[in-house]
Amino acid sequence: MGLLSDPNRRKALTGLLTRLNTPICGMPVEWLVKAMQSRGLEVFTQSFSRKLPFPDENKERYMVRGTNVYGILRAPRAPRTEALVITAPCSPGNTNNQAVALLLALAQYFRNQIYWAKDIIFLVNEHDLIGTQAWLEGYHHTNITGMEYSPLQGRAGSIQAALSLELSSDVITSLDLVLEGLNGQLPNLDLANLFYAFCQKLGVLCTIQGKLQRNDWDTAEGYTHAAQTMMLMVLKQACGRSWGDHGLFLRYHIEAASVRGINSFRHYKTDATTIGRLLEGMVRKLNNLLERLHQSYFFYLLPSLSRFVSIGYYMPAFGLLAVILLLRALDLWVHLGAPALAAVDGVTEPSSPGVLTVLTPVVISHLTGVALYLLPVHLQEMAVEHFPVSETEAVVLTAIAIYTAGLALPHNTQRLLSGEGTEQGWKVLKLTALLYLAVLLGCTALINFSLGFILAVTLVPITASITPHMPKALYAVVMVLLSPAFTILYCVFIYQELIEAPVSVSEGWMLFLSVISQGILDHALYGSLVYPLLALFIYPCWLMFWNILFWN
Amino acid sequence: MAAPLTLLLIVAVTIRAVLFRSSLAELISARVEVVSPLNAWKRVVEGLALLDLGVSPYSGDVFHETPLMIYLFHFTVDYAEIVFIIADGITALALYLSIQTYNKDVFRKQKYALESDRYSADCLELLRSPKEMFYIPLKVAMFYLLNPFTILSCVAKSTCGLNNAIIALFIFCTLKGSALLSGILLALATYQSIYPLTLFAPALLFFLQRLYIPVNLRRSSFWFFTLQYAFMYVGSLVVITGLSFFLLGSWDFIPSVYGFIFSVPDLTPNIGLFWYFFAEMFEHFRLFFSCVFQINVFFYTIPLSIKLKEHPVFLIFMQIAIISIFKSYPTVGDVALYMAFLPAWSHLYRFLRNIFLVSCVLLACSALFPVLWHLWIYAGSANSNFYYAITLLFNFGQILLVADYFYAYLRREHHLTHGLYLKKKDGTEATLVLK
Repeated sequence: MGLLSDPNRRKALTGLLTRLNTPICGMPVEWLVKAMQSRGLEVFTQSFSRKLPFPDENKERYMVRGTNVYGILRAPRAPRTEALVITAPCSPGNTNNQAVALLLALAQYFRNQIYWAKDIIFLVNEHDLIGTQAWLEGYHHTNITGMEYSPLQGRAGSIQAALSLELSSDVITSLDLVLEGLNGQLPNLDLANLFYAFCQKLGVLCTIQGKLQRNDWDTAEGYTHAAQTMMLMVLKQACGRSWGDHGLFLRYHIEAASVRGINSFRHYKTDATTIGRLLEGMVRKLNNLLERLHQSYFFYLLPSLSRFVSIGYYMPAFGLLAVILLLRALDLWVHLGAPALAAVDGVTEPSSPGVLTVLTPVVISHLTGVALYLLPVHLQEMAVEHFPVSETEAVVLTAIAIYTAGLALPHNTQRLLSGEGTEQGWKVLKLTALLYLAVLLGCTALINFSLGFILAVTLVPITASITPHMPKALYAVVMVLLSPAFTILYCVFIYQELIEAPVSVSEGWMLFLSVISQGILDHALYGSLVYPLLALFIYPCWLMFWNILFWN
Repeated sequence: MAAPLTLLLIVAVTIRAVLFRSSLAELISARVEVVSPLNAWKRVVEGLALLDLGVSPYSGDVFHETPLMIYLFHFTVDYAEIVFIIADGITALALYLSIQTYNKDVFRKQKYALESDRYSADCLELLRSPKEMFYIPLKVAMFYLLNPFTILSCVAKSTCGLNNAIIALFIFCTLKGSALLSGILLALATYQSIYPLTLFAPALLFFLQRLYIPVNLRRSSFWFFTLQYAFMYVGSLVVITGLSFFLLGSWDFIPSVYGFIFSVPDLTPNIGLFWYFFAEMFEHFRLFFSCVFQINVFFYTIPLSIKLKEHPVFLIFMQIAIISIFKSYPTVGDVALYMAFLPAWSHLYRFLRNIFLVSCVLLACSALFPVLWHLWIYAGSANSNFYYAITLLFNFGQILLVADYFYAYLRREHHLTHGLYLKKKDGTEATLVLK
């Protein structure tokens, strides 16, 4: 017998859903506590507060204060060592008003079953990702992001898996699976397969990246569709933010996925009962796990829910790009070594014509990178005093200003130093910069393949071929157009094209600015690594190549 | 050259002081590449706490430092950071002065060899001039002090820095010719971690060469001096061990320190080769594999001493490198010590064949260690095989570096005596192969 085969329970669920259809202001903490307690869960609350480094204009928040409510369903006969988490973010307005109801209905149903081997935690968090982060930090006794939270009163053992629900209407046409987590981390592919298997079994339409799957793999349209889906996944993974509440669980080695209900214009609608049955099935499967999901791939790209591209297929593509850099470095090494061997006077040091000439551009580039990382957030008060902009705009525009100011560097630094400008000098700098870029892209691709690949595709061709002897104006324009900031701009436009909501240039520019501010906020709030990587490592590396172009 | 050296010391002290006061210090002290169970600062603090409570610090299998080290920190635990900065400074100064002495020695021997016509005619470009050798001691000190590995090791307060200081002082005393001090310092270094025992052979060879005693097993002068030096060394070792016994009142430290080094019970991952193997093997093979792995460290002494008996200082470099690659709990501080010597062999650059590959491998591995550790321990997407692959690659790079320098050194010696442009019997150009 499945969930809600009992008509009484179905009526109770519908009642709950209609009651919750009204917009909620803030979170009804007392009501939730009472509702969960009446369903037999052990209920606890956690309050948290966080001051963002600057106001978040997308979500309109700056000083965030909230409460998480969670209820633990204890397994009747099992030792309390493992747990599963089902979470529904509670946000004001209509965004997620049905998921909490479904959560409570599930809790009531699960309470009466005897087959649970793990405790189940039903978490309703406020302020979506910030609440989840506070709860996870409290649960694992860590404090990575500087959040203030009250300690958790109740715990349930080590969490094996988590599911996040987002439902905005009581009937849906399809369920969307969201896998991309913080820093491009993905859950085990088995979780995606689990979701797909249950959708197939219950006849629910399922999508990934919001796109339906096609069956015609051989045709050109089918191929383009799959390629578009995969490109969307690459873009989402590369930006390093968590695209659902599940993303923050992945950092703690908890396999998690988000399930989002979508209500579009279709005749066949699925009601909440079927979604409940699907979730019940998934949770029962997760309950039966003897160990954490680790058998399937952790690194994959999904062109559709039934096909995947594993790391063994996509890593060689990246490897070949990195090899270009290494071969060019080897070529430079041979050229640098050749005249030294022919020198009759063995007194001069054959290795490098003064490490100091290479050291200066490297140090200055990295100091600019440090400035790009630290100054936008620290100087926002000063910028707001002097210019008529809001704090968020101040931060973003300062970042862009420092980025552009870095372009002027080669002209200035070369006036400071004397004894530079030799043929050997730029070759040694290019050798160092190529090896540095290769190691950097390799490490990035290991952690977040999409980010590494996108950076490699845009940076490798120009950096491998740059020399000071090329037409400076043309190559300067090309280098700027392929710099990391413009890569982000192109990605914004491509993303909008792929989700079939193309934007005009001005709207694209506003989106670009909001992407930068979101990136800085993600780093401050959740520890996303994209902003520090781009500011502290990729940008200085690019500046070193810019230096080589303007070597005289 | 006091001014550049002082400037270098000031810069090095500033960098270390800044890092000590930043939030990175805690992060670095937890990295397994920088600290090992033998020399972690956490364990020293634990041992001191146990000592204050009146319990033997070796109870509980946490603390594996020698008693003299506990007593050193018992008095200086509040100034620990200064102790480690001073240790780094002492090492750099000792290396600076040793290489200065060595260079003078090399130049003198080269002059005598030229005067006695032992070098062939066309190898003029291989000869070293004082102008070229002038900045080498400063570069050696710089390579030690500004090496990121050394800085990380100092900021993590790993006692590896103190071990390096003792070995550097030993090298200094050996090169200055004081056999007694050299014996005492070698005994201290052996007492700290057993592996410097292998440095007895190069030190002995150096003294024999300096005193013009030929290395001939049938001559009584050879045995006379060997016994003298061995007596000084073993005597100091006995005295130090006895002193440790009287300090703590028990022989507990022998199984805790030396038993721990030899039997490798703690399998925390590090940059060495032991942990993965020992995690995989069955219990009843453990003794066999421990013996095999430990013999690997000591085994290379005899063939290398025979081959390099005319060049004891290069032998010291090779031995230190072999110890830091094959010891049971290596850390990056050990790697930094032998890397400091590389500027002393910069004249071998033209004969090095793999320097590009080695530098790329070592750089890439140093960057990949934290990435793969994160993927294994935190993200759970990788496993120990990935981390061990990087360890293997790192050690392969180090072995290739050492082997390359060995080849280059021997090749230069060969060219000096047989001429730079070698011809086979039929007049075509010959190639030199290291057998």
